[in-house]
Amino acid sequence: MVMNRTLSARLAQYALVIFMILVLLTCIIPIWHTVAVSFSHKSYAAAGMVDFWPKGFNTIAYQQIIADPVFVNSFLVSVKRVLLGGGINFLLAVLMAYPLSRSSQEFRFRNIYMWFLVFTMLFSGGIIPLYILMKTLGMFNSIWALVLPGAVPVFNVILLVNFFRSIPKDLVEAGHMDGAGPWYMLFRVFIPISTPALATITLFSIVGHWNAFFDGLIFMRTPEHYPLQTYIQQLVVQLNTQNLDSSQVELLSKLSNQTLNAAKLVVAMVPILIVYPLIQRHFIHGIMLGSVKE
Amino acid sequence: MKFRANQVHYHMMLLPGLLLLVVFSIIPMAGIVMAFQDFKIGLGIWRSPWIGLQNFKYLFELSDSRVIFYNTIFIAVFKIIGNLFVPLTFAILLNELRGRIFKRFVQTVVYLPHFLSWVILSGIIVEMTTTDGLVNQVVKAFGGEPIIFLASNQWFPFILISSDVWKEFGFGTIIYLAALTGINPALYEAAVIDGASRPQQIRYITLPLLVPTFILLATLSIGNVLNAGFDQVFNLYNPLVYESGDIIDTYVYRAGLINAQFGLATAVGLMKSVISFLLIIVSYTLASRFANYRIF
Repeated sequence: MVMNRTLSARLAQYALVIFMILVLLTCIIPIWHTVAVSFSHKSYAAAGMVDFWPKGFNTIAYQQIIADPVFVNSFLVSVKRVLLGGGINFLLAVLMAYPLSRSSQEFRFRNIYMWFLVFTMLFSGGIIPLYILMKTLGMFNSIWALVLPGAVPVFNVILLVNFFRSIPKDLVEAGHMDGAGPWYMLFRVFIPISTPALATITLFSIVGHWNAFFDGLIFMRTPEHYPLQTYIQQLVVQLNTQNLDSSQVELLSKLSNQTLNAAKLVVAMVPILIVYPLIQRHFIHGIMLGSVKE
Repeated sequence: MKFRANQVHYHMMLLPGLLLLVVFSIIPMAGIVMAFQDFKIGLGIWRSPWIGLQNFKYLFELSDSRVIFYNTIFIAVFKIIGNLFVPLTFAILLNELRGRIFKRFVQTVVYLPHFLSWVILSGIIVEMTTTDGLVNQVVKAFGGEPIIFLASNQWFPFILISSDVWKEFGFGTIIYLAALTGINPALYEAAVIDGASRPQQIRYITLPLLVPTFILLATLSIGNVLNAGFDQVFNLYNPLVYESGDIIDTYVYRAGLINAQFGLATAVGLMKSVISFLLIIVSYTLASRFANYRIF
């Protein structure tokens, strides 16, 4: 391939690089633009004069956000659900994945449990029965309403089962020889050597919890209980789209504070932007290993 | 023999998760009976009157239902097509890229939109598509009239499909790139010795080796024909574009949770669940028969 340095090959390579840069720009521009708007003066933002650099730089929007108790509270609700929900997801995923990764000779009910899990993943009663159930259980406005319905991350469990099964059998047998029981095997042998897979499922459940808005919308009856994404959905996104009418749209965009909205979006994005690069190098590895089957 | 002693521990490890699944997945399935009731929240499941298939009959008479089914399938099918072909193409192009650090950087950036929520992305899309927004500045630069994309029935499905493909294409390349790392470099070396150009190598080596993965993904996506993407539509739509953008899931939300027509909404949701479930069974059967695919 190195030999093939003809002129046309080099031109093709340049064209490819330019194409890739264009693709990168489509991914970066929307985020960059939002950051630029959030640091601009609101009259420039409303006039659509901010492109890629803040005009009339200021941090008023961020100061307003910090001073807004409902926003700060929703941020804390989200942090709480990520920690609590992510923790429960992690614990249940490893606890379920270990027995299900045993062969059916070793654990007789394995296949029955496995199909049960797959069934709950593929079929659901829909949102209305769940809503009625949560109402009946009196879980509205409680953080548990955001954590318990999705407590078992079935998809992650299956990913982890496949990963655990790729662990060499010799290791398990060596453990058994030394008299290690299932709990010891799971917590002292399997978990320490499964970092890529565990990082992957942790990333998935943290992002899932951080990004969820719909459960907050239907189970939380007042804005003080909203997680961040629900807050933004209700107070930023919905205000903009639900009243769209060709004549009203101009008025609305003038009335709504684009700078403040952009700043809220940025604050909601930052945790993802921080966590993602830290885990990213693990997760591709994790996804691939999880998909190897025997 | 020692396995028998472990069984109890295995059951104990599974117990908490299974209990939660029973409460939050299985019990709601029993709530499906609401589809056959004139459900009133004050009366509950036990005392609400049974009305047989009335909800379904009403559903088929409703002119809305044809629109929402059509919109759902239209949007979902084009998303599926886009999300199959764009990642495939992008993975092949990425594979041709030489600089390793640049390649790694491209990968990192294109995976990112997958991790941002539709709430946030919708906020950004709304901001960018206003009459003064970035997108309309481009339209104006080319001499066009500004378009209110999110209020136009002509444009709305296109915005949904393209923004979804944009969000997911990067993440979708992961599986193809994994398949590509499995290709034996000797194949390319032999091709070079035989005088094959890069395009020929793509045509006769890279592409054929990706086809099995492509077919597997295409088969598995059959189950998504009724999933047009609730989060996205819900955050971007408005009454002006119900005609082109209202889908089954958003309809269920409005009928059930806004207008309290619980029976009707459950019926619509049930129909979707059953059809999707059957489609998934079909797709998994096909995938396991022809591609030797196993879920676990």
